[in-house]
Amino acid sequence: MNNLIEVKHIKKNYGKKEAVKGISFSVEENEILGLLGPNGSGKTTTIGMLLGLLKPTSGKIFINNLKLEENRIEILEMINFISPYIELPKKLTVRQNLCVYAKLYKVKDIKDRIEYLSEKLRIGELLDSVTGELSSGQKNRVSLAKALINEPRVLLLDEPTASLDPEVGDFVRTFLEEYKKEKKISILLASHNMNEVTRLCKSVLMMKDGEIIDQGKPEDLITKHGRANLEEVFLKLSRGKSEFN
Amino acid sequence: MSLTRIYGLFLRHFYLITRSFPRILDLVYWPTIQITLWGFISNFFATHTTYYNNAVGVILTCAILYDFLFRTSIGFNMLFLEEIWSRNFTNLFIAPIRIGEILTSLVITALIRSLIGLVPAILLTSPLFGISILDLGIFLFFLFLSLYIFGITLGILVSAGLLRFGPSFENIAWSTMFLLAPFGCIYYPIETLPEIFQKIAYVLPLVYIFEEARNILINQTVSIENVYYAFIWNALYFSISIILFYYSFNAAKNKGTLINMGE
Repeated sequence: MNNLIEVKHIKKNYGKKEAVKGISFSVEENEILGLLGPNGSGKTTTIGMLLGLLKPTSGKIFINNLKLEENRIEILEMINFISPYIELPKKLTVRQNLCVYAKLYKVKDIKDRIEYLSEKLRIGELLDSVTGELSSGQKNRVSLAKALINEPRVLLLDEPTASLDPEVGDFVRTFLEEYKKEKKISILLASHNMNEVTRLCKSVLMMKDGEIIDQGKPEDLITKHGRANLEEVFLKLSRGKSEFN
Repeated sequence: MSLTRIYGLFLRHFYLITRSFPRILDLVYWPTIQITLWGFISNFFATHTTYYNNAVGVILTCAILYDFLFRTSIGFNMLFLEEIWSRNFTNLFIAPIRIGEILTSLVITALIRSLIGLVPAILLTSPLFGISILDLGIFLFFLFLSLYIFGITLGILVSAGLLRFGPSFENIAWSTMFLLAPFGCIYYPIETLPEIFQKIAYVLPLVYIFEEARNILINQTVSIENVYYAFIWNALYFSISIILFYYSFNAAKNKGTLINMGE
């Protein structure tokens, strides 16, 4: 199976502080990898480096076998990102926002692509609404449409269902599962929702203090640590072994 | 460079302006107020001093030129700040868009924003004050071009600061023009400045532009030398601003500013 994301020994230092300490991992085609860890563990820094927003202090990142440092534009054309901490311009309509990003990603059949995503994500009736006036659930689906506008081969998701009600959250998770299966894309999912991670991810990386402290399939980690669910495994690992042992 | 991407980013700002009547009004309102005010001041000085006897429109013409510079520079900064305020900054920088494409798009959009504000104001000067900026003749184009390049240069420098230091640099964005205005000799000849300030003024393109505007209107002569020096200094500062922008972009990637940019 082809690795769409390949990270080799990446480090990120801010002055003397080591935010990410030489981690390595890969994500196969048609795989969702969960990235777990407490706040400040280095998840966002890792995602920032994968998006080319942050320059690693050392190490290499390959997306679809292309080295990020040397192929920034080609790689950005095939990846996309969604996070509750970034937004689309609030004053533009949904259609205008999608048109703008379709142009930036040089999408060929813009109208068809917007229609396809509108139908899949049920945002057809929102297309002419002002983005800033949407509910958080609607905004989330619109952000997802923007993140899929370029038919990415690699999707980076940072808390994709944070602040969503259970129904919309479930809709988004189901959509991601189906879309991944249909398009054979790779997804890196950073989330604090352990049920979401257990449901979606084939395997997970547990990060703490800039390091990967454990990794494996969710069910294997639960068995290995003798816990009832992934949340307990997360708590054990993030608080330190002594608390649970 | 991709024209599609440049157009895409232009569209983002075009939609923003055309969707909001207050934004269009804001673009037209300040230049009109400014020029009306300076029109009356210009008329007053023209009738009460000997310096302006031969050219009633000198102050007003310089006010229009300065306003164009001001609008271009602030307009460029506004476009950049809009991305920060709307928390769209990360979306923009993870799109496959080159720095050159971002700058080109902002340069074009800033010009259109400035013209939206300035053209109605210029049209007002003739019926209201009997003054036409077109009296500067063909050299008007070169003076506007020089001011446009310098305005864009200041915009790029401030945007580089925003990239490097984050939104806290915003206050500088608003004050740059006010800092340079005294050295630009917009409304007075350079001899008015103390000698040390004159030395600073001579390394700015502004003084050559405004001296030339006065020269044309008052003395009815043209000094190609002034236009030439304005372009030389502009070329130097513009090159520095581009280098600094790229430097700031790389520094922001090292420091993590791009990922945390927001209000």
